[in-house]
Amino acid sequence: MLKNKQKLMLGLPYYFWAIAFIIIPLCLVIYYGLTDKTGAFTFNNIASIADPQHTKALWIAVKLSIISTIICLFLAYPLAMILVNFKKGKSSILVMLFILPMWMNFLLRTMAWQTLLENTGVINTLLQTIGLPKINIINTPGAIIFGMVYNFLPFMVLPIYNSLAKIDINVVNAARDLGANGIITFGRITLPLSLPGVISGITMVFVPALTTFVISAILGGNKILLIGNVIEQEFSQTSNWHLGSGLSMVLMVFIIISMIFTAIFDKDGEGLI
Amino acid sequence: MKKRILTLAFIVTMIASLAGCGNKSGENGQVIVYNWGEYIDPETIEMFEKETGIKVVYDEFETNEIMYPKVKAGAVKYDVICPSDYMVAKMIESDLLHEINLDEMPNAKANIGKQYWEMSTQFDPGNKYSIPYCWGTVGILYNKEMISEPITSWADLWKPEYSGQILMQASVRDLLMVGLKKNGYSMNSLSEDELKVATKDLVEQKPLVQAYVIDEVRDKMIGNEAAIGIIYSGEAIYTQRENENLVYVYPEEGTNVWIDNWVITKNTENYENAVKFIDFMCRPDIAKINFDFITYSTPNEGAQALIEDDEIRNSYIAFPNLSDYKNLETYTYLGEDNDEMYNEFYKEILGADN
Repeated sequence: MLKNKQKLMLGLPYYFWAIAFIIIPLCLVIYYGLTDKTGAFTFNNIASIADPQHTKALWIAVKLSIISTIICLFLAYPLAMILVNFKKGKSSILVMLFILPMWMNFLLRTMAWQTLLENTGVINTLLQTIGLPKINIINTPGAIIFGMVYNFLPFMVLPIYNSLAKIDINVVNAARDLGANGIITFGRITLPLSLPGVISGITMVFVPALTTFVISAILGGNKILLIGNVIEQEFSQTSNWHLGSGLSMVLMVFIIISMIFTAIFDKDGEGLI
Repeated sequence: MKKRILTLAFIVTMIASLAGCGNKSGENGQVIVYNWGEYIDPETIEMFEKETGIKVVYDEFETNEIMYPKVKAGAVKYDVICPSDYMVAKMIESDLLHEINLDEMPNAKANIGKQYWEMSTQFDPGNKYSIPYCWGTVGILYNKEMISEPITSWADLWKPEYSGQILMQASVRDLLMVGLKKNGYSMNSLSEDELKVATKDLVEQKPLVQAYVIDEVRDKMIGNEAAIGIIYSGEAIYTQRENENLVYVYPEEGTNVWIDNWVITKNTENYENAVKFIDFMCRPDIAKINFDFITYSTPNEGAQALIEDDEIRNSYIAFPNLSDYKNLETYTYLGEDNDEMYNEFYKEILGADN
């Protein structure tokens, strides 16, 4: 048994990390968010979310990320079930294939999609040579949703896969023994038992989708302003760090809500990778 | 006890390695340069390092607005920066710049043309802080194969037949400039009413716009992805080398003339090296190498004389006779409150419905 003091010592590198890269930056955001340019205390930065421009950007971001999350869920759940039903060796190769693109830089992959989806891009050139109509998706909300689904799908598949893999096959067999058909078994046994994975998958897709600014800038051609873009612009173009921080704090509220949601449904942290 | 010593040793090594980060420099120290993306021939940096033994730490930015807060916050101690005209004025006002003594820079003194020093006094009275590096104009680039009628004015960018073919600039001043100039206003307008008119026009134009981009204009125009793009003159020369159908025009309502300038930051720790770096870049042979690489007009008359290709030396894009064009303007620094007003209008345009 480690004594408490020794435990504390072992945790030291992490505490150092957490303080330097999580706590201090967070305090800075809160400080900037709650002050104005003269340094006086104000709620104006947070209240500015009510500004029609900002509300609109937030609303579009919420809408697009909800759509992306739903699409991810419907793609990921059947896929996770297929993965679980594979034999051990095969499934780990498939899971690997899913994680593989994540080894490449996120920004690069998104920029690659810009070139692929362009009107004169690879996909449209191919479609035209085989006589199919062009797809005009680049610089539309559709392209942003596509980018979100593509980038965040693994975050939905993995937690669902994890929680499905943990279900004891005997529980399913017992249900079948007692006369439940496939659909009832799924609805009353598999689905409820995999719910923790689904919930953490939803959080892990919804949160980055809600806050993204890169995907909308690259695939949306800056034509659709998400709340992430507004915040990014406050920092990079306007150099109004106070307003940017205030809006970030509003977004944090959304993130905290979805974390509470996860904590309620996924008490044992089952869905976590 | 032993454990405690180990932990201590661990912490000491951590601190030592952190402190070591800043010390990798050449035999004669270093200079930290912050420049626009693809705005120098990397070869000239190597030549500088070899000749002087000074290590160059090189970093890039995409817009003046991204550069400014980083420099102001002082997170990285840049020595040499290359801001545009109005940003030089803003940095002088915020007391971020170090005065420059031209006697320490013989190459700059001898080679930069007189007219460019004069242009610079608009934003740097007395030429105390900045050395002209590149200059140019903003214009419309169009593809004559994709568009039947020649484009001559900003107003042409509102024609419905060009829907989905127009690339606008995604930066505050360059976007609003188009709206203001189209209506015959100054691009430095401080009138809220004029800005409202410009913004209304740009919002109306939005459904016709393919995308708001900066550096991507170049590749999209070369690849025939768009037919019309707003572009800097230097980029225009580069794109024409790659795609011969591209034509650069000065819109008849007038446009922006800009100068990007070398400056030294106030709290530089390598002043001597910074001076050497800037002066090296003003040497005619070096400025010529950079001109060939980035194709932005050089104010360096020594380098201009070295250009062998008559077509380029007489090019209306690279070295225009500015008196041929009407209503050219340089951006001026508007002050913090007006900057904020411009930003609000910019946000309104990008946030508008398509």
